[in-house]
Amino acid sequence: MQPILEVKDLSISFTQYGRGTKQVLLPVIQDLSLTIAPGQVVAVVGSSGSGKSLLAHGILGILPYNSHMAGEITFLGQPLTPQRAAAVRGKEIVLVPQGVTYLDPLMKVGPQIRKGRRDQAAKAASRAVLERYGLGTDTEERYPFELSGGMARRVLIATAAAATPKLVIADEPTPGLDARSAKRVLSHFRELADGGAGVLLITHDLELALTISHRVAVFYAGETVEEANAADFTAGKLRHPYTRALWNALPQNGFVPIPGAQPGPGQVGEGCPFAPRCPKGRPECLGPVPYRALDGGLVRCLYPEGGERP
Amino acid sequence: MKHRLMFTGKKLIRMVLLLLGVSLAAFLLMSASPLDPLQTNVGQAALGTMSQEQIAKLEDYWGVNTPPVERYLGWLGDFIRGDMGTSLLYRQPVSTVIGQRLQSSLWLMAFAWVISGVLGLTLGVIAGARRGKLADKLIRGYCWLISSTPAFWLALVLLVIFSVWLGLFPIGLSVPIGADAASVTLSDRLYHAFLPALTLSITGVANIAMHTREKMADIMESDYVLFAKARGESTRSIVLRHGLRNVALPAITLQFASISEIFGGSVLVEQVFSYPGLGQAAVNAGLGSDLPLLLGITVVSAAIVFGGNLIADLLYGVVDPKIRRGVARK
Ligand code: SF4
Repeated sequence: MQPILEVKDLSISFTQYGRGTKQVLLPVIQDLSLTIAPGQVVAVVGSSGSGKSLLAHGILGILPYNSHMAGEITFLGQPLTPQRAAAVRGKEIVLVPQGVTYLDPLMKVGPQIRKGRRDQAAKAASRAVLERYGLGTDTEERYPFELSGGMARRVLIATAAAATPKLVIADEPTPGLDARSAKRVLSHFRELADGGAGVLLITHDLELALTISHRVAVFYAGETVEEANAADFTAGKLRHPYTRALWNALPQNGFVPIPGAQPGPGQVGEGCPFAPRCPKGRPECLGPVPYRALDGGLVRCLYPEGGERP
Repeated sequence: MKHRLMFTGKKLIRMVLLLLGVSLAAFLLMSASPLDPLQTNVGQAALGTMSQEQIAKLEDYWGVNTPPVERYLGWLGDFIRGDMGTSLLYRQPVSTVIGQRLQSSLWLMAFAWVISGVLGLTLGVIAGARRGKLADKLIRGYCWLISSTPAFWLALVLLVIFSVWLGLFPIGLSVPIGADAASVTLSDRLYHAFLPALTLSITGVANIAMHTREKMADIMESDYVLFAKARGESTRSIVLRHGLRNVALPAITLQFASISEIFGGSVLVEQVFSYPGLGQAAVNAGLGSDLPLLLGITVVSAAIVFGGNLIADLLYGVVDPKIRRGVARK
């Protein structure tokens, strides 16, 4: 089956002014690769503030002007050039952003969903899509400040579903929601995938991500360090020491904190970025570490867990 | 509705207090003025030839012998009864003088207000939407140049170029010299008001454009504009649908706040163009110790400026859904 989205060796960096007029290139995402098949939910899990959102903006072609992107993005078998991204965003590729601040505060919900169209068909469509997410027709007449947190998320999903997309990119769609609303919001993404779309779920919440995802890519210091099937987590078949540490940090798995802190953009040197915190690190880890296939997944580690397995 | 009435009521009380304060301040400043009303208005030489009796009469006329407190309270008492007194310089009721002057000034200020508002908003929106691009640089350059140019100097430059060198516009006054009041046409008035109004507009534009630009640039960096981009909206649609909508509220505030600046600017500009408006009368009244006229003008202009801000606040309530809906819910 042809994948919906293929990202290969994607790097995103920013030009920043250092001391004086010297320009520095600040890498935020390095060599990120992932694949999404139709009907699949792929989660990119990483801690907050690690630049995950830029992945979404990069795919949509809406990065700020002082950024640079390298690597290959293929959408439905064709390269996703900036021109093509501009043509398909909002139609075939849609974004579900984090929260209510992404809605125009002075425009009612209805017109926002309709993107300025005023015809009867558009009105019927927006009503239908709101209803689909359990929002009454009165929602159309509300302003964003009149929506609760959960309603706002559902309105944002409605804006995405209104376009009948092939790829849905959800950028941290759950913070601030209680567990029940968060599960409900996530189940809507699963529905979209079950309808044949690909879903890219960008989140910091591994536990929630596992409830709906098929595959999980773990993001650390700008790189994907592991790509695994969701089932690998419960089966204990994890490859990278960071993934293992993330898993063990979950409340039900012992709540073990990870010592140290994640390096920020520009603080990553040669070699494995996890080396300073890794219990299994060896001197070789400071050299190049390739991203390689292992046991049905991918891992960027010289001495992965289970690597000793036959 | 009740809420809105309360709001307006409170504002009106504040306005009364403000006017009281402003008139008192103007009075105190005038009392402290080192200018002797007799010397400035009658002249040193003329005074020398007068008898003591005549001088005493003049002193009574200019209120030199009345204690300040009594003078102010006297003025205030009359004012509350609706009598603004008689101008000492023009020997006409203050209300008549202000009425006439305000009429000429209103042409000027309304013209400048509308032009600077429309142009300032347009330029500000363009500059903010295209931040860092050529259009933005040009507009910003213009604004900096203009804001660092004093209004009276700009007035002089325009006067020299358009009236003296090119001869396109009159050098001063609001109507043709020697013309009969009945024969003055609207086009005469516009013709005479053009240069002063242009000066006021040019200076007013800079301020409004710069502030609008800031707001617009913030909007263009907002989450909702990013999301609109992600949804495939064109820059044009983003500016028209989201930009203008969100810049409207600060623009209202700016626009009505600019009334006071236009008022202030008109004082200088009218002086340069010898345009017989309110600003010029204010200068005359101040220099000539015409207390009733000065207090009258002060109070009237403060009321107009305050009224402008009040309108802005009320409009805000109509335009901002947070206030509008908030009131409806209560
Ligand atoms: S490469 Fe070395 S330091 Fe990095 S995660 Fe693997 S074992 Fe640890």
